Amino acid sequence: MPEQKKTYRVLIGKPGLDGHDRGAKFIARALRDAGFEVVYTGIRRTPEEIAAAAVQEDVSAVGLSLLSGAHMSLFPAVVRALRNAGAGDIPVLGGGIIPDEDIGPLKDSGINAVYTPGTPVDKIIAAFRSACESQEAGRT
Amino acid sequence: MKSEHILKGLRDRDPRGIARAISLVEENDPLSDEILASLDDSLVDQAMVLGITGPPGAGKSTLTDRIITKYRSQGRRVGVIAVDPSSPISGGAILGDRIRMMGHALDHDVVVRSMATRGRLGGLCAAAGAAMRILAGSGCSVIIIETVGVGQSEMDIIRLADITSLVLAPGLGDDIQAMKAGLLEVADILIVNKADCAGAETLAMDMEAIAREGVRKEKVETKVCMTVASEGKGINELLAAIEAVDASHRESGERRIRREKAYDLEVLDWALELIKPSIIEKIGKWDHDRKGAPRLQAARLLAQE
Amino acid sequence: MGKHPEYIDWEKELAKNLSRCPERKEKFTNHGGEDIPRLAVPDQIDERYLENIGFPGRYPYTRGVQPTMYRGRFWTMRQYAGFSTASESNKRYRYLLEHGTTGLSVAFDLPTQIGYDSDHPMAAGEVGKVGVAIDSLADMELLFDRIPLDKVSTSMTINAPAAILLAMYAAVAEKQGVEISRIRGTIQNDILKEYVARGTYIFPPKPSLRLITDTFKWCTEHTPEFNTISISGYHIREAGSTAVQEVAFTLANGITYVQAALDAGLELDNFAPRLSFFFNASSDLLEEISKFRAARRLWARIMKDRFHAKKPASLMLRFHTQTAGYTLTAQQIDNNIVRVAIQALSAVLGGTQSLHTNSRDEALSLPTEDSVRTALRTQQVIAHESGVANTVDPLAGSYFIEELTDRIEVQASELIAKIDKAGGVVAAIEDGFIQRQIENSAYEYQQEIEKGERIIVGVNEFKIDEQTKPPLLRVNPEVENGQVLSLKTVREERDNNNVEEALANLSACARSSSNLMPEILAAVKTYATLGEICHVLREEFGEYRG
Repeated sequence: MPEQKKTYRVLIGKPGLDGHDRGAKFIARALRDAGFEVVYTGIRRTPEEIAAAAVQEDVSAVGLSLLSGAHMSLFPAVVRALRNAGAGDIPVLGGGIIPDEDIGPLKDSGINAVYTPGTPVDKIIAAFRSACESQEAGRT
Repeated sequence: MKSEHILKGLRDRDPRGIARAISLVEENDPLSDEILASLDDSLVDQAMVLGITGPPGAGKSTLTDRIITKYRSQGRRVGVIAVDPSSPISGGAILGDRIRMMGHALDHDVVVRSMATRGRLGGLCAAAGAAMRILAGSGCSVIIIETVGVGQSEMDIIRLADITSLVLAPGLGDDIQAMKAGLLEVADILIVNKADCAGAETLAMDMEAIAREGVRKEKVETKVCMTVASEGKGINELLAAIEAVDASHRESGERRIRREKAYDLEVLDWALELIKPSIIEKIGKWDHDRKGAPRLQAARLLAQE
Repeated sequence: MGKHPEYIDWEKELAKNLSRCPERKEKFTNHGGEDIPRLAVPDQIDERYLENIGFPGRYPYTRGVQPTMYRGRFWTMRQYAGFSTASESNKRYRYLLEHGTTGLSVAFDLPTQIGYDSDHPMAAGEVGKVGVAIDSLADMELLFDRIPLDKVSTSMTINAPAAILLAMYAAVAEKQGVEISRIRGTIQNDILKEYVARGTYIFPPKPSLRLITDTFKWCTEHTPEFNTISISGYHIREAGSTAVQEVAFTLANGITYVQAALDAGLELDNFAPRLSFFFNASSDLLEEISKFRAARRLWARIMKDRFHAKKPASLMLRFHTQTAGYTLTAQQIDNNIVRVAIQALSAVLGGTQSLHTNSRDEALSLPTEDSVRTALRTQQVIAHESGVANTVDPLAGSYFIEELTDRIEVQASELIAKIDKAGGVVAAIEDGFIQRQIENSAYEYQQEIEKGERIIVGVNEFKIDEQTKPPLLRVNPEVENGQVLSLKTVREERDNNNVEEALANLSACARSSSNLMPEILAAVKTYATLGEICHVLREEFGEYRG
C-alpha cells in the first residue's frame, strides 16, 4: 500500500485591481494537478482580505500574481497583513510582470521567491512544495 | 505546548487557532481528541446546521454569501464549510467557493473553511462533522455546509445538516433530472435561483409538483423558494422558510431524530477512520499470496489479533 | 462567357464611389511598372462564391467592409498609450501624433477603470501604473491639451465607467470650442467581456447594460460619429481562448447588446452602424486571417437573419485589432518584433480597420518610447513596403483560407447556439460556462508549452543566457502622491454645492428609467470626480462580485 502523501493547502490570490487571472488560474490548476489543495480567492482583493483568508483556510503558503506593476506596494502589504494576523510564518511567493531589479527588494521585504514569465511550471510547483514543507516543519 | 497553544486559540476564538484545530482534526492528528473534547457541547447542540446543495452553476456560493449577510445583520456568528471535490487523479483540489464570499473576509464573525473531499474511504463525514463541531464550539450559531450534490460522499455530509436545501436554476436541464432521484428526497427547501431568467417559472412549477408528491409523514411539506441571489432578491423569504422548517422540526422532534442519525453516521465514519491505519499496516506487513477471493482474505485479516 | 451581372453591378457602384473618394494613388504598380489589380476574382463567379465570399463592401462582407479597402485609405494606426499623469500622457500622445500615428488610444489606470478616485484605499499602489489616472474633468482637460478634438479620433479603453469618460471627453471638446457632434472615436463600453476575461467590472449585468444602452441612445442623438461600443474578443483571447471561442463569445456578446438596445426601445438601424469590434491578432497567421474573415461574415448573417437589419452599415463588422500580448516573451525580447510583424500582417490581410502593434518590451513592463516607435514602424513597413495593401483581400480563393474561414464560422455558430440554449450570455457568465471554456483552453495551451509540445522560440527552445537587460520604463512612484494632491485641489476649488446638486440629480435619475447620460454630463461639468459619480451609481445599482 502506498504511504498517503501529505496534502498541502495553499492559497492563490490576486491583490490589487488587475483582473488578468490567466496566470493565477494556470498555477492554481497546475498545483491541483500536482496534488495540492488550492484555495483560489479571485481577483481584486486587498492584502488584508488575502491574509484573512489564508489564516481561516490554514494554508501553508500563499502565492500572489500581479501584472499591473503595483507589486512593490502590494506584495509587501500582504506580508505585513499576514504578520498582523499572527501568520507571519506563512511564506509568500510572488509572480507576474516583475522587473529583475525589483526581485531583491521584494525578497528583503519578506517575499519568499519571485517568478517571472517563462518560468517552467515544475519549478514553481517545486518551490511551493518546499515552502510548504518548511512552513509545516516550523510548526512543531 | 503546541496543544495548549491551539486549545487556547480555540477558546479565545482566535481565527488562527480555529483554523489550525480544523486542520489537525481533518488530518486525524493525535491532538484531535483533545481538541474535540474541549468543545462546549451545548453550543454544538444549539447551533443550526444548514445544508446547501445543488449542481454546479446553480449559484450556491452567491446564495450562501447573501444568507451570511442576513444572519450577520441579525448579529449571529456564521460558519461555512464549503466542500469541493478532489481530483481523483492527483488528489489535489481547487477550492473556489470562497471567491463569492470574500466580501466577508474581514469579518471575524464569519468563519469560512474550504474542504476537499480527498477521495476518502469514508472520512468526509468525520472531517466535516468535526469542522462543524469546532465552528459551533467557537461560537457560530449558524453553520452552512455547501456542497455540490453529486457524489455519494457529498450526499452523506448533507445528512449532517438539520435542514437541507437544494438550489436549482433554469437552464441546467440534464443535471436536474439526474438529481431528482436522490436529493429532492432529502431536501426540506427547494430553491429556484436565478428566478428572473427564462424558464424559472416552469422550473418552479415542476418543483412545486415534486414537493407536493414528496410529502412524507415525518416532515413538513417541502417548501419552494424563488431567489435572485446575484441581486439579493428573495433572501428574506428564504430565511423565513428556514426558520419555519426549523421551528416545525424542533416541535415534531424531527430535529432530534436527524441529529441522532447524524451522530451515528459520524461515529461510524470515525470508527472506520480510526481502524483504517491498522488495517493498512496489517496489509503492508502481511505475508499473503494474493490468491482466493479478497473478501475471504479481508475476513481473515480482521480476525487476526 | 461574360461577366456575372453581380460583378458588373459592383463595378458600377465602385466607379461612382471612386469619383467621390479616389484611392490613395492613381496607379498601383509593382517594381516592374505593371498594374496591380484592385480585386482578383475567379474566372467563373457562381452562386456559391456570391453566397460565401462575394465582393468587398457587399454582403456577406467576407472580403472586407469597403470596396477598395486599403487602396482607398490605410487602416488607422492606433497605438494604445497612457501612463502616470494626464500631462505625461499628453506628451506621449503629441509625440505619437508627430510620428505619424493617426488615431489616439487612451489607456487608463486601474482605479479609473474601476471607478475609484486616486485617493481611494483600493487605489493604493495602482495609480498611473497601467495607464493614465483620471479623477475629474480637470485631468481630462490636461490629457487633451493642445490636441484639437475635431482633428483626431480617440479610442478609450474604458468599460464600466465608459459613460462618464465619454461625458468628460465631450465636455473637453465643448471647452475647446468643438461642437460635440464632430467628435470621433470609440469607447470600449463592453462590460460582458469584463465579467469573463478582464475583470474591471463595477455594477451587476442589468444596470451595466442600461448604462450601455443609454450611451447608445445619447450618442445616436449627439455624437453620431462616435463608436458607442467596441465589442472585444481581444481580452477573451488574452485570457486563453481559442480563435473559435474568441469569435463565438464576442459575437454572442454583440447579440446581447443588440437585444438589450432593442429591448430599450432603440431602432436597430439607428444604433447598429455605430457598433464596432476589437479582435486579437495572434501568431497562427493563416488561422487569424481566416478568423477575421469568418467573424465578418458571421456577424453580417446574424444581423441580417436574426435581427433583420436593413441598412448595409448595420451588417458590417468593423474592427480594431491589437497584436497578441500573451505571445510576447520576456526572453530575447527582440524576437517579439518578429512576432508582432506576423500578427500585424494577419490583421491587415484579414481586413482590419485599425491596428495597434505591441512593443517588444511589454512582457517586462510598460513600453519605452523607442519600442513604441519600432512597433509603429512595423505597421508602416507593412503599409508602405510589403505591397499587401495594394489589392483587396488577396488570400480569398485560397483553398486553405476559405476552408478554414468556413470551419471557424461553423464552429463559432455552434458555440453561440449553445450559449443561446443556456439562456444567453448573462446566464452563461453567471453559471461560469464561458469562463470554464476559456480556462480549459488556456490550461491546455500552457500545458503544451510546459511539455515542449508547442515550441515558443527563446522560452522552451533556442534558449540563450541573457546578460544585458533592456532599459525599462518605470512609472515614478511619486505620481500617486502628486495625483492625490491635485485631486485635493480640485475638490477645494470647485463649487461643492453644484457638485452635490448634480450628484443628487444623478442619483434620482438612476432610480428612474431616464437616460443617465445628461445627468452624468452635468455632473462631470461641475468637476464631480469619477469616484464620486461611481459611488452614487454603486449605491443605486449595487456591485458585481466575481
